[in-house]
Amino acid sequence: MLEVRWHGRAQQGVVTAAKVLGETCLRSGKYVQAFPEFGPERMGAPVKAYNRVSDEPIKMHCSVANPKYVLIADPTLIGMSLAGGMETSGGVTEGTPEDAVFIVNTPKSPAEMRTALELDGKSAKVFTVDASQISIDKIGRHIPNTPMLGALAKATDMVTLEDLIDDFKVNYAKKYSEAVINGNVEAMKSGYESISEG
Amino acid sequence: MAIENAKEAQVGLTGNSAVALAMKQVNPDVCPAYPITPSTAIIETFSSYVADGEVDTELITVESEHSAMSAGIGAAAAGARVMTATSAQGLALMWEMLYIASGMRLPIVMTNVNRALAAPINIHCDHSDSMGARDSGWIQLYSETVQESYDNVLMAVRIAEKVKLPVMVCLDGFITSHAIENMETINDADVQEFVGEYEPETSLLKESELPATYGAMSLPDSYMVFKKQQSEAMSGAKKVVEEVSAEFAQKFGREYGLLDSYELDDADVAIVIFNSATGTTRVAVDELRKEGHKVGVLRIRLFRPLPHAEIAEALKGLKAVACLDRVDSFNDFGGPLFNEVRSSIYDLEERPKVISRIYGLGGRDYKVSDARSVFEELLGIVETGTVKEITKYITI
Repeated sequence: MLEVRWHGRAQQGVVTAAKVLGETCLRSGKYVQAFPEFGPERMGAPVKAYNRVSDEPIKMHCSVANPKYVLIADPTLIGMSLAGGMETSGGVTEGTPEDAVFIVNTPKSPAEMRTALELDGKSAKVFTVDASQISIDKIGRHIPNTPMLGALAKATDMVTLEDLIDDFKVNYAKKYSEAVINGNVEAMKSGYESISEG
Repeated sequence: MAIENAKEAQVGLTGNSAVALAMKQVNPDVCPAYPITPSTAIIETFSSYVADGEVDTELITVESEHSAMSAGIGAAAAGARVMTATSAQGLALMWEMLYIASGMRLPIVMTNVNRALAAPINIHCDHSDSMGARDSGWIQLYSETVQESYDNVLMAVRIAEKVKLPVMVCLDGFITSHAIENMETINDADVQEFVGEYEPETSLLKESELPATYGAMSLPDSYMVFKKQQSEAMSGAKKVVEEVSAEFAQKFGREYGLLDSYELDDADVAIVIFNSATGTTRVAVDELRKEGHKVGVLRIRLFRPLPHAEIAEALKGLKAVACLDRVDSFNDFGGPLFNEVRSSIYDLEERPKVISRIYGLGGRDYKVSDARSVFEELLGIVETGTVKEITKYITI
């Protein structure tokens, strides 16, 4: 079973990102969970979201404690001991295995983020993508979730960019206008193309 | 291939979306609503079905949950099929009307998305809300997954109308209500065929040789007779839940009992529990079984009426049992599940030791390791023959 943790702040779209990721994996025949963990309910408050993906039905209903993939939509959460907004929530690296993959939304380099994450000399992979700028360019708003999904498709073999785009177009055609759908698809592609590893 | 077909039919829905979809497919006559976290999305989604003309339901937006239940009672007494949803403080505010709904024998179906009661304010999952309403005369069904939440809402309509008592379908706030899981939906026509047309025997509006009065004054010469009938109806509900669940299984392939036993047959120790935490406990059972320990889980699906004989039968032969309550009765003697399970097994010739563990209040996470700790404690009780602490808070 593969487990994913998303860190962000309310209104950055991490709950929706986990939802899109879960739906995409479900469409490819997997068993999935996608669920949020809300702290204080206010704009800008730290929010976590989780995915579980498995070939077997998933029984457990607890938080994800040992995520292999960690996506950080807001780099200001790095170094915070309350990165989920609650005393028990821990930091962004909490519980991650040695072969974890971190994807951080930042214009900075992966090397700088590796240091910020206190992962120097560790085997975890660190990727960066300027998802904020991409979302402003492509969607016209600061919602870094879809570029980060694109980046995840490039950094891991969890999903393909094509499946993500396909799912997004099918599931959100009713909810969003064509312009918004196209902007997000472009943002996913751009996130996929502009990710850096270090 | 059957498995592939089954997978193709799967969709990813949150518990709230699944309940809203079930309500849409039932197409109730009236839905009085006052949304509250974490059940808000049920009403939000359902109201979009109303706005889009996908249901014929009269959605009544009221000014409080007390009014929501009052409007539901009025509509149900007039012969309407009524459904609504609430949580926590909302259910607490309905308290007076819950008793009126059940006392008038009105088959209202309400989803309660379990959430902690203030104070302190907390929007997260625990069972304080529905456990506070456990003696209000409502049938209570508890749901482990998104799939079961959907299925229970559909079955609840049939159960309520057959027994002539209201049914509360409970699912865990956020953990189930806001989590997307794989599930299978039933098509609209099959749902309609399963729930059928609602034709109340009596109602305020029904022309009959026996016109009905609802909520009349009842003095000491008659009140107790009403209550005895209500009590008998509740006792009889057990059989109806079994029958409706069996018909559901036959039609749609998913089986539900009053209880849900997992690895209990040869178990020495077991956890008894409700809702989503059952799944997490199952994982601990799988792990401990691999290590050679005879452990199991008993999930309570129907809590009102209490399947006491079935609980005794399920726990017969075990040596130690922990009842995990996601609520405190503040009585210095454990939660409601503990007290009722302990009482249910009293007449067994050889009783297991029974302990109470309070867990997960206000959304506190209950992990596989927490379930393992309880099992290890139970195995210790079997080994030493002594219980050190009958009641205790865990996950703290």
